[in-house]
Amino acid sequence: METKNVMIVGVGGQGSLLASKLLGVLLTDEGYDVKVSEVHGMSQRGGSVVTYVRFGEKVNSPVISEGEADFIVSFEKLEAARYVSCLKKGGKIVVNIQQIDPMPVITGAAEYPENVLEELKSKGVFIDETDALSLAEQAGSAKAVNIVLMGRLAKYFDLDKEKWLSAIEKTVKPQFIEINKKAFELGFSS
Amino acid sequence: MKKLMLGNEAIARGLYEAGVKLVSSYPGTPSTEITEFAAKYDEIYCEWAPNEKVATETAFGASLRGARSACAMKHVGLNVAADPLFTLSYTGVTGGMVIFVADDPAMHSSQNEQDSRHYAIAAKVPMLEPSDSAEAKAFVKEAFELSEKFDTPVLFRMCTRIAHSQSIVELGERKEIELPAYEKNPQKYIMAPANAVKRHPFVEERTKKLAEFAETSPLNRVEKGTDNKIGIICAGTCYQYVKEVFGDSVCVLKLGIVNPLPEKLIKDFAAGVEKLYVIEELDGVIETFVKNIGVDCVGKEMFSPLGEYDQTTIRKAFGLELPESVKLDAPVPVRPPVMCAGCPHRGMFYVLAKNKITVLGDIGCYTLGSAAPLFALDSTLCMGASVSGLHGFNKVGGAESENKTVCVIGDSTFMHSGMTGLVNIAYNASNSTVIILDNSITGMTGHQQNPTTGYNIKNEPATAVNIEEFVHSVGIKRVRVVDPYDLKQCEEAVKEELAVNEPSVIISRRPCMLLKYVKPKPALKVNGEKCVGCKMCMKLGCPAISVKDKKAVIDATQCVGCAVCTQLCAKGAIEV
Repeated sequence: METKNVMIVGVGGQGSLLASKLLGVLLTDEGYDVKVSEVHGMSQRGGSVVTYVRFGEKVNSPVISEGEADFIVSFEKLEAARYVSCLKKGGKIVVNIQQIDPMPVITGAAEYPENVLEELKSKGVFIDETDALSLAEQAGSAKAVNIVLMGRLAKYFDLDKEKWLSAIEKTVKPQFIEINKKAFELGFSS
Repeated sequence: MKKLMLGNEAIARGLYEAGVKLVSSYPGTPSTEITEFAAKYDEIYCEWAPNEKVATETAFGASLRGARSACAMKHVGLNVAADPLFTLSYTGVTGGMVIFVADDPAMHSSQNEQDSRHYAIAAKVPMLEPSDSAEAKAFVKEAFELSEKFDTPVLFRMCTRIAHSQSIVELGERKEIELPAYEKNPQKYIMAPANAVKRHPFVEERTKKLAEFAETSPLNRVEKGTDNKIGIICAGTCYQYVKEVFGDSVCVLKLGIVNPLPEKLIKDFAAGVEKLYVIEELDGVIETFVKNIGVDCVGKEMFSPLGEYDQTTIRKAFGLELPESVKLDAPVPVRPPVMCAGCPHRGMFYVLAKNKITVLGDIGCYTLGSAAPLFALDSTLCMGASVSGLHGFNKVGGAESENKTVCVIGDSTFMHSGMTGLVNIAYNASNSTVIILDNSITGMTGHQQNPTTGYNIKNEPATAVNIEEFVHSVGIKRVRVVDPYDLKQCEEAVKEELAVNEPSVIISRRPCMLLKYVKPKPALKVNGEKCVGCKMCMKLGCPAISVKDKKAVIDATQCVGCAVCTQLCAKGAIEV
């Protein structure tokens, strides 16, 4: 099987590391060779963050570059646009429609591009929009945005839902399992 | 058992399995998790040391006593630990000793892009470099074997992409090693000239033996391609990019030992291919060696010494077809990292910026105070340089600079190497004002305890350095503590301490609001009827505040109720 590439992008502090951990556990359990590449440190302070998840028979590079991503899961609209050049032709973007203004926008040095998702669609990009923040709040915690989006991504994966739920049990702290399972279900069925 | 592990976690596992007894480190991205994961094994004594020099010397002591020991640091940390490293090369070891050093190409979280392989060459010690987590674990064991067999400390190079990538690791068992009886060996360990002069020839001889070892060691391997048109020498993460692009079609010399390099192996490999390339991030270290032994190769004329590579870098360099990709018409606004909402550094930075104070900065989260809209910093060099730099700045600037210049340094950085600079201020009497931004944690690297916090690496209670008493004890009389959430208090302190004619220290103290024990207050709200859209609150650069339709808006998901903004609002429009 050809190596599959999933990018998880967002704003530092949104919980992308947990999402990549979940994917890592799930795909390793499925018997794939897996590589997950993260960036820690300075960029976690509200900066743009990207995590790469690659799986297949044998994975070499830990990173995903131009035109290679089968999926981009974006925790924020602008970040989907930032990394779109990494998307493979025919790849899919799963995006949380939340808008988080970066500091240059807050200070007025730059403008948040209006209709950023429309522009992507006009370029022929497949966009699956979801209000992950509302669904996460509905599940019981605004912090569960990451798992809502994993639920959304799961729709495009040929894997039983039960396997995802079992990976959630292995990944999150016991006291948060129920909230996260609910968040996953909401993302999956919305 | 197989497990998906971060490169740094795999190293910690390797330390465990290799029977290591002590790990002493100072946190630094991308090396920090090595020690954090090692601390989860009760069999290994782990600690955060005040700095990398102390950590390396602590590991030396453990080796001298006969135990396998290690320390971990980021690339610039090795600059701090360079002093013990160069003479450790002479003494060699008793128990195996490995120094992990993590380079940060592309400077994800660093102030420079130095290539630590130069240290291995300069200190004449072997250096290993793995290319995934499984190798990271396996190489740790090899490194200790090498260390003991050749009587040398071993440098172990990581880079961000190996340290912070997870891949699959097969777990093994720990091999416990009994501590031998201590034997005094002054000729080996007292590096006074008479002994050192005898150890230097040993070092030169050892390098020759290590080079011979590298010729046949399985850590270096040749992978035959489907033809011999292209041969590529590479190591570490570059090996993965090469395999990604070329698969098994080209010949590859994959180096696991990056110092010393195997002359004969390289010559034989070069002889078997039509064209030889060296692909290495940062400096052309391997390339220089290859050219020096008279072998023709292509290296930095095709690949940049700047930043990280990936598979696209290699495809472009070789003129290969690139996958189709979508390009946007307009650039996307950048999203730089920022100080968090409720960050205790923000209030003090606002006061410094408002009063147009010149600020020598240091290494930590507070480097972010340099960004818009605060623009609060004038310099950031290296750990501790703010304090010593301020002293020099004021010595030549005189009263004019003394009255409007301060330095800012965090609690952990102050312990690391700000203390000695403060002693210099006291001893050599400069009229300097030092601000210690005490947020009770090592912040940027992800919350590690330090000697001021009262807890050790396992979060057990520990002796805490009392910063006020320390400052008094070096001979500085004026020390005051302020709450950075109180702008008036901060401004008074800064103005008064700059005005006095003696050295002074202001401790700006409030714990990092990301700490678990710090409970956020309810988010504040803007009363739209009172807000006149003056944007005073925007001067704080708080990510929770923005302006929509000419009124300030507070993002309830980010605001932690620090209320610093309420102190700027003349209309009292920001409410609980």
